[in-house]
Amino acid sequence: MASTGGGGEVARILGEIEALKASRNRIDNQISALEGQLRELTLQNGSVPPPSVISGAVVDSGFGHGLSPEMIYRYSRQLLLPSFGVQAQENLLKSSVLVVGAGGLGSPALLYLAACGVGRLGIVDHDVVELNNMHRQVIHTEAFIGQPKVKSAAAACRSINSTIKVVEHQEALRTSNALEILSQYDLVVDATDNAPSRYMISDCCVVLGKVPLVSGAALGLEGQLTVYNYNGGPCYRCLFPTPPPTTACQRCADSGVLGVVPGVIGCLQALEAIKIAGAVGEPLSRRMLLFDALSARIRIVNIRGRSLQCEVCGENAAFTKQHFRDFDYEKFTQSPLSAAPLKLNLLPADSRINIKEFNEKAIKGEAHILIDVRPAHHFKIVNLPNSLNIPLSTLEARLPEISSALKEEGSESAASLYVICRRGNDSQRAVQFLHKMGFTSAKDIIGGLEAWGRDIDPNFPTY
Amino acid sequence: MKLTIEFGGGLELLCDSVKIHKVNVELKNGEKKLTMKDLLAWVGSNLIKERPEMFMKGDSVRPGVLVLVNDCDWELSGQLDTTLEDEDVVVFISTLHGG
Ligand SMILES: [Zn+2]
Repeated sequence: MASTGGGGEVARILGEIEALKASRNRIDNQISALEGQLRELTLQNGSVPPPSVISGAVVDSGFGHGLSPEMIYRYSRQLLLPSFGVQAQENLLKSSVLVVGAGGLGSPALLYLAACGVGRLGIVDHDVVELNNMHRQVIHTEAFIGQPKVKSAAAACRSINSTIKVVEHQEALRTSNALEILSQYDLVVDATDNAPSRYMISDCCVVLGKVPLVSGAALGLEGQLTVYNYNGGPCYRCLFPTPPPTTACQRCADSGVLGVVPGVIGCLQALEAIKIAGAVGEPLSRRMLLFDALSARIRIVNIRGRSLQCEVCGENAAFTKQHFRDFDYEKFTQSPLSAAPLKLNLLPADSRINIKEFNEKAIKGEAHILIDVRPAHHFKIVNLPNSLNIPLSTLEARLPEISSALKEEGSESAASLYVICRRGNDSQRAVQFLHKMGFTSAKDIIGGLEAWGRDIDPNFPTY
Repeated sequence: MKLTIEFGGGLELLCDSVKIHKVNVELKNGEKKLTMKDLLAWVGSNLIKERPEMFMKGDSVRPGVLVLVNDCDWELSGQLDTTLEDEDVVVFISTLHGG
């Protein structure tokens, strides 16, 4: 394909960009850890004012409440609500809310929280805006592609409401900085995308004195929503004391997500946060909302209260700030805090081939069969010419097909058998299985189609 | 006993992507009642078509699965000892982490 001409140069530059990005991530993590240590030290010295002093733009305006004429006009449509009114608006303006994650859930949540007049709105995220975020992360605009999500989201919030304070935390939330960041807020919205972050945020809210936590999640065409640590209600661990197996933690980047689904859940998170911060209504505590977009069904179920045996919030729990700082959430959940794709290494080196070698062999006309083990709907998005789609889940049943394809292809000498997938994980699983079933020459193509797009054909679409 | 059994949060992938199952569960000989423990065994052998370890662990559901009997967390009704009645709705839902 495009292995001639400028393709090599483009691939080299892309490779260099990847390497630089990786080292930037490493440095960012180091900075964030050091900043955490620094904050701990300044906190201990008492040089940072308590959160209540930082927030609070509400002063008496002479109308018997704290709303200025401009505030009255801006928020008039919600002031007119008998069950909301001046009191809830004042509560909101005095409140501080932290949204962790400026992605699919955080986008709409932040827009509404900024618009409705939360006095101090914090945003934590370490990621940058990418084109494949735009379909669901509606707070970001194309102009911000490549920019930090925190910067982009904060700019959008300020352009909607310049009268509130928007605080940027452009760093990954870790045990080294979470206590310091979360302690500056009255309420936390969990809009993250992975299991270790969810445990970490909930535990942090508990050790900080049961800070209410509005937790939302979405994947595919389903969403879930509940409020933790509210008024004696359960924490995340009361509900899920043991983390699920990593195979049960699907990511949007693998399983897909319809943009409006996290949009709906993110809006509901904003609503719950507004109710709690405004002190109106009945927050969704001890209840969980389950949203099924495809069948248009919303179910609200009763869930357990606080567990007396909970290791973090229970009666005899001894989980302190120091335990929190030392707790390894990645080890606990067996998955990384940033939703980085998994990189398996299941096979010996001689059972693997890199994409350039494969390309050279294919160009030379080596007799071979190329099996693409991605699901059929992935194969439909994009595939390599002359590849045979046999999804991993059907591999066992379709072994005879592979045998006959090999026979047909290798009329003179034995044909090689190569296996490819999206990133090079499933292809290793497939090769492992093929070896067991007697196809001992099967080789996995390292890095999969992502590597093809990076090193061979820059015009090959990635998704 | 007529029951409605539903799967969500990705668990439906273990049973041919069918979310809602209207089923008739026969009571064992001499038994007068059906408990969740009995139902889990029945679901495991009648509805789950692949990767059973993604549904069960030991004699209960795997971590990260919420079980709801008539829209109520089974923790509130006695977990495995919950007694089921005709027309009950049992939901198995895997907790989501995405965003
Ligand atoms: Zn708890």
